[in-house]
Amino acid sequence: MTSTEASSRGRVLVVDDDSALAEMLGIVLQGEGFDAVFCADGLQAMQVFREVGPDVVLLDLMLPGMDGLDVCRAIREESGVPIVMLTARGDTLDVVAGLEAGADDYVVKPFKPKELVARIRARVRRRDVGTQDATIVIGDLTIDTVGHSVARGGEVLALTPLEFDLLVCLARRPGQVLTREALLQEVWGYRHAADTRLVNVHVQRLRAKVERDPERPEVVLTVRGVGYKVGPA
Amino acid sequence: MRLRDRILLGPRWIGHAWRRSLTVRVVATTLIVSAVVVSVLGLLLLSRVTTGLLASRQSIAVSEAAAGLSEAQRVVDAASAGTTAPSPARLVDSVVTSLAARAGAPGQFDLLLLAVDPRPDTPERGTNLVSVSSVPQALREAVNESQRQSWTYSTIRYLDSRSVPGLVVGAPLTIPGVGPYELYYLFPLAEEQSTLDLVRSAVVGAGFILIVLLFTIAWLVTRQVVSPVRAAARTASRLASGHLSERMRVRGEDDLAQLARAFNDMAANLQRQIKQLESLSRVQQRFVSDVSHELRTPLTTIRMAADVMFEHREDFDAPTARAAELLQDQLDRFEELLVDLLEISRFDAGAAVLEAEPIDLVALARRAVNASQPLSTRLARPIDFEEPEHPAVVTADARRIERIIRNLIVNGLEHGDARGIEVRIGASESAVAVTVRDHGVGLRPGESSLVFNRFWRADPSRARTTGGSGLGLAIALEDARLHGGWLEAAGEPGRGAVFRLTLPRVAGAALDRAPLPLDADDAEEADARVGGGDAR
Repeated sequence: MTSTEASSRGRVLVVDDDSALAEMLGIVLQGEGFDAVFCADGLQAMQVFREVGPDVVLLDLMLPGMDGLDVCRAIREESGVPIVMLTARGDTLDVVAGLEAGADDYVVKPFKPKELVARIRARVRRRDVGTQDATIVIGDLTIDTVGHSVARGGEVLALTPLEFDLLVCLARRPGQVLTREALLQEVWGYRHAADTRLVNVHVQRLRAKVERDPERPEVVLTVRGVGYKVGPA
Repeated sequence: MRLRDRILLGPRWIGHAWRRSLTVRVVATTLIVSAVVVSVLGLLLLSRVTTGLLASRQSIAVSEAAAGLSEAQRVVDAASAGTTAPSPARLVDSVVTSLAARAGAPGQFDLLLLAVDPRPDTPERGTNLVSVSSVPQALREAVNESQRQSWTYSTIRYLDSRSVPGLVVGAPLTIPGVGPYELYYLFPLAEEQSTLDLVRSAVVGAGFILIVLLFTIAWLVTRQVVSPVRAAARTASRLASGHLSERMRVRGEDDLAQLARAFNDMAANLQRQIKQLESLSRVQQRFVSDVSHELRTPLTTIRMAADVMFEHREDFDAPTARAAELLQDQLDRFEELLVDLLEISRFDAGAAVLEAEPIDLVALARRAVNASQPLSTRLARPIDFEEPEHPAVVTADARRIERIIRNLIVNGLEHGDARGIEVRIGASESAVAVTVRDHGVGLRPGESSLVFNRFWRADPSRARTTGGSGLGLAIALEDARLHGGWLEAAGEPGRGAVFRLTLPRVAGAALDRAPLPLDADDAEEADARVGGGDAR
């Protein structure tokens, strides 16, 4: 175990009302080299979030004071920081509600520590973009992979880092169909998972921002039964 | 063509209406029965009236004829007793004249005096141009043979071609010195005929009105009874289609009102019971959800704590290290059991939702095979997956389908032997299928449906190698049902077992046959087919 490293891998804000679970999460995260900051109340979550400026937020969906979904939306209004939900229910409704509120990823309790750490790492690691083309142009969209920004005709679109990763992943191979599984692996770091909800919801969110008419997408196209591709728009 | 169709359809349509409509049946029966009764009564009445009318006329006619005959005889006798014998023509004339005088001013009857053997010296006479053809030949023969008075009904014809119905009475009359004659009285019955015509038309008219009245009454009465029954039927079908607050209108206190009241009571009871069940189901779902949350949070903490201990087990002494290992293993098992139990209770509560989208069954199977490789390696039982060239796209819930395939593979590995398992995929126009075949102990007759029972074990004494929850196949069956698919098992003792999942290309569509055989020899079908198109 490499538990003691001089420099932190990142700062994680844990918003969970169960003190035992929070403490345990702290032990595991610190063991993996993360800094953990805790908040047990939904109402204080925003204040702590602003003070700490975390790299990743671990958010329990069931919180006293303020609903986890509301906290999630409040954070999203201010920041694109990666949010990983902790949920006790793997039901589609709960998961999709969380994803639509702005969460990037989720883990269902009870999760294995390794699984959680993998999720967090996947969200923190994304900073190192490959050395390929610094600028990708799709139709009227210009993607700056170094500056992490997407612009349409000079107007910068506000994408979260995850949405940006998803777009870049598709845009690097224009015209090529990427299966949901491939996207899960590349963008979320999953290996054996078939959770298409994750991909579907985020593609919807991405389309809402980059498409002129999200009902009739021109940038990110669905290939029925297979996956998605960035079309020659 | 069209007309022919209608003619061909006619009886069928009537038959259909007869079977379907109580009104048609009652009204038609009433119509037929009343028509028969009215006709019989009418005929009876008419014949009584006719008999009565004619009987009096006939007796008058017969006595008049008898009186006439003796008068004629007297005239003839007087003539022949005289000194000078009158000529035959004059004698005959005097007989007819004296008889005709009795007829009165509007002649009540006409006369015909006919010779038995017409010769030039036997003149025949008649009154008022009455024709000889008015007397039927049969009557003449009867008079001549019996030599007595005879009568019959006939049509009286006149030489000016008038004719009226009438009564003809004849009798033999011998005129001395001239020869044998027949005297015929012809009574016209025109008056009786017109009376009878009047009576007949009255009877027919009354009968018709009676039938129409009965028809109307039958229709009205039936309608009164049938319309509430129809209303009940309508209400019942609306209730059946889920409009639970539908009720019948209760009017009055008669039998129909009682029916309506009883019906409404039944509906209210049904509604209450269904509401109760619904709220129970909601409570159940809520409970499952709460248990889920309440259990999962501490379990997560335990899980992580155990993991940290497991990671550091080299730092412990041997017994503690082993304890950490056992804790880790059993937590896996506990977790799996908890997840499966919650999943089953979601099915039981009817809370399972299908997230159907187009997916490639081949890709799902490949992923399930890959995910099972560690188990396959550990048990040294290989997985032979023959990947088809073309994708098998099906509208289904990827998570559930992958779980089914994984459950089948794990089950196959667990119950198979060193020959491992075979995974095959088949596709047709309307369906796709996956089979998982093992070469293990197989299934005894009747076990192919038992395998899907919760916590079922072929051999209770045999230990589980993988520590599965015992709910895997039960969940797989529920998942298949949710898609309107089939999950079937077949096998023979010692020859292994085969499980087949068949899914319609479109979730919920009806399946007719699977694109893959269920048996190794392709010989017999499964002795139990579970699942089917009863997806919720």
